[in-house]
Amino acid sequence: MPDLLVTTPSGLYCPSGDFHVDPWRAVPSAIITHAHSDHATAGSARYLTVDEGAKVLSTRLGPEALIQTVRYGEPIRIGDVTVSLHPAGHILGSSQVRIERGGEVWVVTGDYKTAHDATCRPFELVRCHTLITESTFGLPIYRWQHPSKTFAEINSWWETNKSAKIASVLFSYSLGKAQRLLSGIDASIGPIYCHGAIERLNQIYRDNGVLLPETIYVGDASRKTSFAGSIIVAPTSARGTPWLRRFGEFSSAYVSGWMQIRGARRRRAVDRGFTLSDHADWPALLDVIQTSGAERVLVTHGFVDPMVRWLNENGWQAAPLHTEFRGELDETSEPSTANPEGSDS
Amino acid sequence: MKQFAALYACLDETTKTGRKVECLREYLSHADSVDAAWAIYFLSGRKPKRLIRSTDLSQWGAEVAAVPMWLFEECHESVGDLAETIALLLPDPTIASHMPLHQWVTEKLLLLPKLDPTSQKELLIDSWRQMDRIERLVWNKLITGAFRVGISQALVIRAIAEMANLPPAVIAHRLMGTWEPSAEFFNGLITHEIEDADLTRPYPFCLAHPLQGSPEELGEIDDWLAEWKWDGIRAQMVRRKGVISIWSRGEELVTDRFPELAPAASELPDGVAIDGEIVAWKGDQVLPFSLLQQRIGRKTLGKKILESVPVRFIAFDLLEYEGVDIRERPLAERRLHLEKIVSESPDSITLSSVEQGGSWNELALRREESRQRNVEGMMLKSRQSTYGVGRVTGIWWKWKINPYTVDAVLIYAQLGHGRRASLYTDYTFGIWHEGKLVPFAKAYSGLTDEEIREVDRFVRQNTIERFGPVRHVRPELVFEIAFENIQLSKRHKSGIAVRFPRMQRWRKDKPIGEADSLESIRALLEREPADDSS
Repeated sequence: MPDLLVTTPSGLYCPSGDFHVDPWRAVPSAIITHAHSDHATAGSARYLTVDEGAKVLSTRLGPEALIQTVRYGEPIRIGDVTVSLHPAGHILGSSQVRIERGGEVWVVTGDYKTAHDATCRPFELVRCHTLITESTFGLPIYRWQHPSKTFAEINSWWETNKSAKIASVLFSYSLGKAQRLLSGIDASIGPIYCHGAIERLNQIYRDNGVLLPETIYVGDASRKTSFAGSIIVAPTSARGTPWLRRFGEFSSAYVSGWMQIRGARRRRAVDRGFTLSDHADWPALLDVIQTSGAERVLVTHGFVDPMVRWLNENGWQAAPLHTEFRGELDETSEPSTANPEGSDS
Repeated sequence: MKQFAALYACLDETTKTGRKVECLREYLSHADSVDAAWAIYFLSGRKPKRLIRSTDLSQWGAEVAAVPMWLFEECHESVGDLAETIALLLPDPTIASHMPLHQWVTEKLLLLPKLDPTSQKELLIDSWRQMDRIERLVWNKLITGAFRVGISQALVIRAIAEMANLPPAVIAHRLMGTWEPSAEFFNGLITHEIEDADLTRPYPFCLAHPLQGSPEELGEIDDWLAEWKWDGIRAQMVRRKGVISIWSRGEELVTDRFPELAPAASELPDGVAIDGEIVAWKGDQVLPFSLLQQRIGRKTLGKKILESVPVRFIAFDLLEYEGVDIRERPLAERRLHLEKIVSESPDSITLSSVEQGGSWNELALRREESRQRNVEGMMLKSRQSTYGVGRVTGIWWKWKINPYTVDAVLIYAQLGHGRRASLYTDYTFGIWHEGKLVPFAKAYSGLTDEEIREVDRFVRQNTIERFGPVRHVRPELVFEIAFENIQLSKRHKSGIAVRFPRMQRWRKDKPIGEADSLESIRALLEREPADDSS
């Protein structure tokens, strides 16, 4: 039986249903797992995503994009296959794509995590025969501490800065990570300000019923505002820009899974690095692969080769699958959100 | 161990020196004396001899972590540090230990080299079982000998000094040489019985101001004493009760760094403190500072470097004579005593000659010899002046020769630090060579705040490429770069290295085509004395 999904120059393609999953070029029909820029490329004729993710996706793709929605778990027939979307636990409206034809099931995980996140639905395990999994943190050195511990560290850093009468600037992804941070930090410590790129997404999260603390758009703060004692959540692209000057003296921190490694923390020109990721760590990747029941595992973006080798040595039939997804970016670039700082300054 | 690991985390996670000092001070004031002694031992870069084979450590780490060796290597490559790789891979601890640092060190760490591999492995597995991630990281680093955390010796000294409420110079002295980490050592380190430290303590250095106007404005030439401005390391040589100490201006005890000076110093009369400059000296000539710098950079001083770069102490002032502080006496008087002392001491202590001139003009002519003499110009000191503390105006002037200048083009920019952290203030300048701009010097200072903002804007709008934090900018801005000295250098792309480069002027009037070329700068080199180091 031919594969349910193959790679084409445009991305992952399902011949039996004539659609792509997260194509990196414009195609006639695209199923989108989530709205991060490496998974949601503009220009396709039609998009399908889960209802909870539609609004975020539309801000990313532009108002002219034609986006159809389904509910989580709702099966739809496309060509010869049945497709359903299931929570991936990555960000608001993120999905795994389940594709079935004649009893054979493939699952594309997209980006996912199994750790707790109050801003999106928890990861749902979907049993399958073939699993296409990401491997952003596919080495055993990546084992996340409980998110509550990271939040406690961030709160304590913020408190310390507050007592030193300086501001705290937290750099993170603007979609997903920023909102997860907002939901996890202790809002009673002080005022929370957000960069414009993040504040817009906060609104969409709130519209979808996600509970976030009160935040103030930096652009709304008067020129005389003192930011001492407050926290400012900003996209990584704001690092080193003149936009930061208004905050006076501040301590800066970067939040990412890469901060697990001391060298990565030290290379950042920030004062602190906190470990928090919206991707699965090594134990979670193995757990999902194991419990999915998949016999065949195709590994994409991340530590593909070691992951494939490990799986093959441990009884799976595994192979690398080349895609253009990038997982959690390790550096300053987050291209799709880099523009809005202009309107702020 | 828990406290020490917390100290490590604290030092590691901040880039602010004030915070580092605070962390260490806190640790020292709460730790047991013997723990504190061990902490200082490790923080000041001391370490026991090799304890264990790192291949064994890798193997046992991989085994306990239950990962195959190839995957362990993948992880190691990704992390870049063996101690950390193992700390990240090991399963979570089963119990917590409250055993103090010194016990971990003396009862376990130092035991390792005496054990056979099987017992070593048992000891390690047993210790890992009792430690959390950060404790394991620190522990593994102590084992591999790679225990380094971003704190300088000067900061360690500052923290101890603050904790003990003693001057840093006293602590610096007490940390010198070899010592055994023990409670007695630590208590001696922080005791206020300062008899011993008194014997070595230097005086604060008197610093000069640059002469801005012309020397005529200083008045009569006879009221002034002119000396060469030596290009070396400012230092004080102290001998009291037979104890010799040589201090650098950074209040660092450098006696051990200059083995040829200590014997000479021991022939000085007792109860003296001499101010002077350590210079590289061969034959009857001062060697370029770059040679001295090579010597300073060495950890161990081999025979070869001692022969190729011998040093001398050039004495120019006397601060203590016959055990009495004479800094309040006039320079002319101090100088007389100094001349007497130096005339009776070995050759490696030389008197800084007084340069005579019938007029300021004549002296100015003399000063023109500076480059040939490998000196920076002249010093003018008021004959009646007392020895000031710090930078006192009006008594000591640096009368430096005019710097070299070159017109160069801004080609790379990087963000600054501290106050300038969000501004592009660190620049690399290029000069022409075979039709291309080759990097020639970096400079950070010399522009006004306003100019910095203007250049910052230019950099942001004219970036061609980014390499990490560095921006390659469109070549358009020309600056006049001033520098003091020029040397051949194998480490620099342009083949030359300049000393103290800074931006003198923004040449908005100059197009980039009129910037200087490597050839014109090499021509300057030919006027320099040869650097026979290479």
